[in-house]
Amino acid sequence: MSELYDVVIVGSGAGGGMAAKILTEAGLNVAIMEAGGDFDPAKEEDKLQMKWPWMSPRRGAGSTRPFGDFDACIGGWEIDGEPYTRVEGTKFDWWRARMLGGRTNHWGRISLRFGPKDFKRRDHDGLGDNWPLSYEDVRPYYDKVDKLIGVFGTNEGLPNDPDGYFLPPPKPRLHELIVSRGAKGVNVPIIPSRLSMLTQKINDERGACFFCGQCYRGCAVYADFSSGTVLIKPAKANGGKLEIYLDSMVRSVDTNDSGKATGITFIDKKDGAHKTINARVVVLAASACESARIMLNSKSKTFPNGLANGSGIVGKYLHDSTGTGRSGILPSLFDRERYNEDGVGGLHVYTPWWLDGSKNLNFSRGYHIEYWGGMGMPSYGAGMGMHTMRQYLKDELGQPQVNGGYGSGLRKDMRTLYGARVGMSGRGESIALESNYCEIDPNVIDKYGIPVLRFHYKWSDAEVNQAKHMHDTFDDILTSMGAIIIGDKPGPETQYGLEAPGRIIHEVGTVRMGDNPKTSVLNKYNQAHECNNLFVVDGGAFVSQADKNPTWTILALAWRASDFIIDQLKKKNI
Amino acid sequence: MDRRENLKLLIAGGLGTGLLFTAACKAEKSSGENTHYTQTDKLYGRIPEETERDRKLMEQPGFTKTEMATITAISEIILPVDKDCIGATAAGVPEFIDFIAKDIPSHKLPIQGGVMWVENESIKRFKKSFDKCTREQHIQIIDDIAYPDTAKAEYSQGVKFFNHMRDLTLTGYFTSKAGLKDLGYLGNVPNEWDGVPPEVLAKHNLSYDNKWKDQYIKMENRNKVAKWDDKGNVID
Repeated sequence: MSELYDVVIVGSGAGGGMAAKILTEAGLNVAIMEAGGDFDPAKEEDKLQMKWPWMSPRRGAGSTRPFGDFDACIGGWEIDGEPYTRVEGTKFDWWRARMLGGRTNHWGRISLRFGPKDFKRRDHDGLGDNWPLSYEDVRPYYDKVDKLIGVFGTNEGLPNDPDGYFLPPPKPRLHELIVSRGAKGVNVPIIPSRLSMLTQKINDERGACFFCGQCYRGCAVYADFSSGTVLIKPAKANGGKLEIYLDSMVRSVDTNDSGKATGITFIDKKDGAHKTINARVVVLAASACESARIMLNSKSKTFPNGLANGSGIVGKYLHDSTGTGRSGILPSLFDRERYNEDGVGGLHVYTPWWLDGSKNLNFSRGYHIEYWGGMGMPSYGAGMGMHTMRQYLKDELGQPQVNGGYGSGLRKDMRTLYGARVGMSGRGESIALESNYCEIDPNVIDKYGIPVLRFHYKWSDAEVNQAKHMHDTFDDILTSMGAIIIGDKPGPETQYGLEAPGRIIHEVGTVRMGDNPKTSVLNKYNQAHECNNLFVVDGGAFVSQADKNPTWTILALAWRASDFIIDQLKKKNI
Repeated sequence: MDRRENLKLLIAGGLGTGLLFTAACKAEKSSGENTHYTQTDKLYGRIPEETERDRKLMEQPGFTKTEMATITAISEIILPVDKDCIGATAAGVPEFIDFIAKDIPSHKLPIQGGVMWVENESIKRFKKSFDKCTREQHIQIIDDIAYPDTAKAEYSQGVKFFNHMRDLTLTGYFTSKAGLKDLGYLGNVPNEWDGVPPEVLAKHNLSYDNKWKDQYIKMENRNKVAKWDDKGNVID
């Protein structure tokens, strides 16, 4: 008989990491399953930070890692031997990380709380469903997450972008000040961004930011948040109560005849063997779609439809953020002075949704705007496109340059142009629809023999109209800044440049929570209605996704669910 | 070295920054250092599968000697040796193009075909191979394909090829050691960020908003452990 853990957690990202930290701190004996290998950005062999573009033979191109050779995230939209399929005529791209810390090694660390309205959207526009929670239920956990992990920002007193316990923000860069001035001119607000990076220390275990601008590569002094460095490492130090199983691909949750979860079955990638872990409680945190997949693949006499899926809701209401972007060239930045403006690893300012409740829109959910630009470290792609962009520069006589060309003049124009490009991206809320879902493809398995997901996802008019609005706003801001806008404005033929679902990597909603077991999978403590010792603490639990990045809410809810698990174990209810 | 030591070093190294200089080619002409790395060892956090893939790519034959000669000649025309700057060849651009066409195979055929297009043009015009032509003869061909907006329609394929070569040459050069110096990139070192230098702000007629002026991170506070009051304000 193998060891009986108190809790087995599947996945080491935001949700799994938080659960591991809280549950081990309570003295529980925890196993955490990760499908990929170890990763520690402080270890020399894992280090990507402070490397130069020429150290990569592809100069940082995205041929091995989709976000470039120096991106910390091992994984991507396509993984060898781990396919997924799509129903014809629909789109979905599924990002998966295979490493300790999961997708927290990837994101931009934009850390936004949901606001009071975000939990009750149906009350405001009659679409989708309300959460079984209110902002006040989650607020104490947001507060604790702010203090535990660290996030910079400012308290603005905005009604639906709540204040918090922020660290001081960094001053905006030059292009960000120009963006701010331009946006102000067209009545679009800009405030300091809210990113989980330590502009100031929060403890002695993690260093403060030294402004290399490379959080996406992982930070050797742990000044940014990723689950591996900030949650799992401290959990590991909790008196040896945490066992980390790497390279372990979980196939199913095992149950007994009375419908209780007894543990999980996984494939050990090192030897290909099927193995089991026994535990009193199973916590899924494998990502919205992977957790749904595990549940759908966990069929038994008690659960012929998949685990805890009597409602048939598992896999449904899948929704990602909307996204589209535009960019331009700022002539006022031609031949600019050079100085180090790497700053933190992301935007220093952003625009929260500013038209909430406006009656003149043909969509009801909002979006925020992220800004980029500046004198960043050149990478693959630098200098490309001079056959269309050189015309925006002037020659010695003040005449427009001719596109293309070669030689010393071209080189000089490259110097002139450096740091003059600015861009912006909208990230918006989509409506969770039952008709957007993932399910098990009856015909395809992956290399581990596990049936794969088949996606069915279409944007509705609400998202397309929102994307159109984003582009109108981008045009206004760029014009107001004095930028030359690059490229044609996308029109209806491309759904206004709206990215395919899955591209923004904020997918949530597949095992949503609710009070009614017929229309939801989990209760408001992330506990399965139909299996009381099964919890899902990733984005799958979301009822609606807000125009905010999901991570901060995943962390808050995972902490809240972990407190509930500890309480229920104490009371012997599970 | 432990992490804390590292941090100390990084912070110590961050002092005395904020220097300004105007863009100009500062790449040491004398160094001539070829900065296209061809090692497959772990220079930067590779997982074994990636190291293995790179090893295979590097062993795989790339462009032929003849093709490389043309690629080298053209990239050097695009970025020649200048007063203070090394040219594309010395910066390792041809080797980069050779690698990237294996790494991203969609580059391969257009470059291969383009090299042959140029060869054909050279034989038609000068009755000899491109590599036997003089620089003036090279320029004669290049001038017909280097300006997409005014090039004759009959040269459209050549234009496309030259656009491609320009893209790869610029990207190869401006991601090399010499190229970063040429651009005047001053980052990728531990730093203190206390905002845009005042003289630059003044030039752009900008200033920091009074609303947030006192809330921005003060460099001297970075290593104090943060504490908050009940309202969420950091206590200084």
